[in-house]
Amino acid sequence: MSRAALLVLADGRFPAGGHAHSGGAEAAVRAGRVTGAASLEDFCRGRLHTTGLVAAAVAAAAALGADPGELDAAADARTPSPTLRRAARRLGRQLLRAGRVAWPSAELDALAERFPKGAHQPVVLGVAARAAGLGPADAAYCAAYESVSGPVSATVRLLGLDPFEATAVSARLAPEMDTVVSRAVGTARRVAGEGADALPAASAPLLETGAEAHAGWAVRLFAT
Amino acid sequence: MHLGHSLSHGGPEVVGADARRPDGVRRALRIGLGGPVGSGKTATVAALCRLLRDEVSLAVVTNDIYTREDAEFLLREAVLPPERITAVETGACPHTAIRDDISANLEAVEDLEDEVGPLDVILVESGGDNLTATFSKGLVDAQIFVIDVAGGDDIPRKGGPGVTTADLLVVNKTDLAPHVGSDLARMAADARAQRDGLPVVFQSLRSEEGARDVAAWVRERLAVWTA
Ligand SMILES: Nc1nc2c(ncn2[C@@H]2O[C@H](COP(=O)(O)OP(=O)(O)OP(=O)(O)O)[C@@H](O)[C@H]2O)c(=O)[nH]1
Ligand SMILES: [Mg+2]
Repeated sequence: MSRAALLVLADGRFPAGGHAHSGGAEAAVRAGRVTGAASLEDFCRGRLHTTGLVAAAVAAAAALGADPGELDAAADARTPSPTLRRAARRLGRQLLRAGRVAWPSAELDALAERFPKGAHQPVVLGVAARAAGLGPADAAYCAAYESVSGPVSATVRLLGLDPFEATAVSARLAPEMDTVVSRAVGTARRVAGEGADALPAASAPLLETGAEAHAGWAVRLFAT
Repeated sequence: MHLGHSLSHGGPEVVGADARRPDGVRRALRIGLGGPVGSGKTATVAALCRLLRDEVSLAVVTNDIYTREDAEFLLREAVLPPERITAVETGACPHTAIRDDISANLEAVEDLEDEVGPLDVILVESGGDNLTATFSKGLVDAQIFVIDVAGGDDIPRKGGPGVTTADLLVVNKTDLAPHVGSDLARMAADARAQRDGLPVVFQSLRSEEGARDVAAWVRERLAVWTA
C-alpha cells in the first residue's frame, strides 16, 4: 500500500468530473447566502457536517467491503433531491472510469458491471480506495475534503473570491474534517453487523431544494 | 474559397484510445471542433450535418459554457433527430472538459453509441475558448480548430496549440474579410508557416460552397478510420 495513493485520489485534478459541479455553491451564491469568505465558510461547515458526513460514512463502509448495492440504496435514501441523485450516480460513473484505469481491480470491474450507469459517487470512492490499497479513513477523508473543496473552488470562479482567502477557508475547516472522518469511520464499522441503517442520515434541506431550483435555471455555470 | 493545400495530406495517423467498443465492434470516429467564441463552430457542425447525414450515421455532442444554446440551435435547425444531439455541462471551464477531465464527454459519446448507434461519426463541439484549448487524444481521433477572419487577421501568426497542431484549421467567415479589413493571403501564408504542412480550409458559410471542403476532409478521415 502506498500513502501517496491517497494524494492521487484526493487531488482536485483527478479526472472524475468534479470540476463541473459547485456542490450547491452556485445556488447559494444566487440566493445571497454566500457572498464572501466568511459566509462561504459557514456554507462549507454546514455541508461538511451533513452531506459530507454521510458521503464520508458511505465511502468508509465501501472501503471496508460492505455490499455496494446496499450502500447505493442507503445513499439514495439519504438524498431526497432527484437531481442530486442523478448527479451522484453520474459522478460515480465518471470516478469509476478514472479509477479503473488508475487502479485496475476485479472489484471495480464488478462494480461497473453491476452499475453500468453509475453507483453513488461515495460508494465508488470507497471501492476505488480499496483498489488503491487505502483504508476506510482514507476514503472518508477524500469524501469529507471533497464536500468542502468543491464549493470552495466553485466560489472562486463564481464570485472572483480571493483564492488565498478561499484556501484559508478549507484550511480552517481541516480540524472539523478530522472529527467528521472519525465519526464516519465509527458508523461505517457498524455496518457489517447492523446493516446500512447504522450510517448517519444528516441532511441539508436547503442543499436539496436549492439543487432542484438550480436544475431549472436556463443559464448556469455548473451542472449542480 | 479554398486557399489551403491538398486535403489529401494525411496529417498524423488517426489516434485515439480504445478504437473498439467492449463488444469488439469498431466505435464511431470522433472529431472535435474547437476555437474561439463565435468563430462558427456550431454553424460548421450544422453545415456538416446537412452535408453528411444522408451518407453517414452522425451524432453531435455540444459543450456549452453556461447555457444549452448550441444544442438548442442544432435542435431548432433540425440538422439531426433530437436523440442524436447531447449537451455536456462544463462547469465554467470548457477546455477542462475536452482535455484535462474528459469523463463527461466520454460518457456522452458512449451513451450516444449505445442509444442511437451504430454511428459512423460523432462531432464534439467545445465551448468557445482561447487559442490554447485543444482536445485530448483520449476523447477525439482528430480535431478541427475554427477561427474567423473577423477575430483579427493576426491569429494565424500568433499560433498557439489550436492553430499549429489541429488536424484541420478552418478560417471561417471569409465573406466578412473586406468589411473588417482582414488580409486573407497573409492569413494563409502565416497559417502555412505555423502548421508544418497540416491542411487549412478557408470558408464562408454564407457562400454556396459552405462547409464542402471540411465535409470532404471528414469523409477522408472516415475512410482512413474504417479502412
Ligand atoms: N458572415 C458570416 N457569419 C457566420 C459564418 N459562420 C457563422 N457565422 C455567424 O457567426 C455567429 C457565431 O456562429 P456560431 O456557429 O454560433 O459560433 P460558435 O463558434 O459555435 O460560437 P460559441 O459556441 O459561442 O463559441 C452566428 O451568428 C453565425 O450565424 C460565416 O461564414 N459568415
Ligand atoms: Mg457554438
